[in-house]
Amino acid sequence: MSSKFKNSIGNTFLLYLPLILLFVSVFNELDFNYLNYQYFSFNFPFILIFYWSLKRIETLGYGYIFIAGMFNDAVLGFPIGISSLTYLIICGFAAYLKNITLRPHLFKDWLYFLFTILVANSINYFLLMLFFSVEINYYEILGNIIFTFLFYYIFAYIFDIYRKIISRIKT
Amino acid sequence: MVASRDDFIIAIRSAFLNKGNKQRFSLIGLIFFSTGLLILSKVNLPVTNYLKISLNEIVYRSSFIVSVPERKIYNLTNKIKDHYNIYNDYLLIKEEANQLQSEKYETQFLREENKRLKKIIKEYIYKSEELVAKVLIDKKSPFLKSIIVNKGSKDNIKLGMAVLDGSYLVGKIVEVNYLTSRALLVSDLNSKIPVGIEPNNIQSILTGTGKQNGKIEYLENEISIEDKSIVYTSGSGGLFKSGIPVGIYYKENSDEKEKVKFFSKLSQLTFVKLVSFEEDGN
Repeated sequence: MSSKFKNSIGNTFLLYLPLILLFVSVFNELDFNYLNYQYFSFNFPFILIFYWSLKRIETLGYGYIFIAGMFNDAVLGFPIGISSLTYLIICGFAAYLKNITLRPHLFKDWLYFLFTILVANSINYFLLMLFFSVEINYYEILGNIIFTFLFYYIFAYIFDIYRKIISRIKT
Repeated sequence: MVASRDDFIIAIRSAFLNKGNKQRFSLIGLIFFSTGLLILSKVNLPVTNYLKISLNEIVYRSSFIVSVPERKIYNLTNKIKDHYNIYNDYLLIKEEANQLQSEKYETQFLREENKRLKKIIKEYIYKSEELVAKVLIDKKSPFLKSIIVNKGSKDNIKLGMAVLDGSYLVGKIVEVNYLTSRALLVSDLNSKIPVGIEPNNIQSILTGTGKQNGKIEYLENEISIEDKSIVYTSGSGGLFKSGIPVGIYYKENSDEKEKVKFFSKLSQLTFVKLVSFEEDGN
């Protein structure tokens, strides 16, 4: 009974792990900025949202992604709604790719992810600069985009393994 | 051609309009809702301000709890670094302490003399109200450099109050909630502080660079600043009193030219002083 109970808690935790990671990363800005390497930062929520929107959107859910975006705005001091909009644009791009892809391939997803974050970041910073007069360092953005793009491949590989584990638990 | 355009439209419609399995909201609905929220933020309605303040209160507290493990790791790495550097630091500090001891008496004399002279020319002498606050969240986002402190309107915190680390200026309050406030650090790109540079009392504006240093802006070409000049607040604009030390101006550096290195280490703030300055009636 006890081991069954423990198992069910462990399984539930594993099933909701991407969602937990999303909220932890928006609350905590999981980007290793504290290492203080110049221009080094990456946007973990972008990777998480794109991957799971592409592979299995039920894991995160648009509603939760929207709420996570609002939390991210509050933490970073951005106008409320801007991160939600960016996250949902990423979801839209991923959903479109999912609809047009017959045979998924990590490399193609990776390149499409670059295009997606370029568009999403452009909209984000265009709105911030034009309507909210926030000054932004372009080198920092560029560094963030490059590292987010590079890290996607690694995280996608890890998430693939995680998905295999989850499917085994479910069966 | 027509078929491929149809495919594109079907794929777009399916991605944005259809609700997926177990989805309560369609993507396009939420995108419109976010856009609506953004417009309301821009319009600055009182209702949205209350919503924002409530959201901030919840999120800041939650973020403080969630950030505990990361902070522990960060503190641990700092401790290890400190242990490695302890002997060199000790020698440096010993030398500095000797120098400071001798300068202390001179400063005391100058301070008293300055007070007397200010009274003679009838310049305002400021009295300040200080409040010590704990740094709840220290977000070193690549785009915004700010900290969240655990004092808000309940503790009489007001917009524009100076944030000090010891006696050094580190930022100013830009957002006040009921129990928490956000301070924009001097290193942020959007931070602009009127400063005076000594010697020669050169008046200018100190702007953040988004990194660990600042730069001097709006300076006439013929004015030249000496290397290692000290940057103080000038008191222009009446927000801060004059003479709060901010940093040292370096004329040339191997990796970057002309920068202001802040006295305070902005990445390691744990407690800060929130100060408002008022003219002393006496």
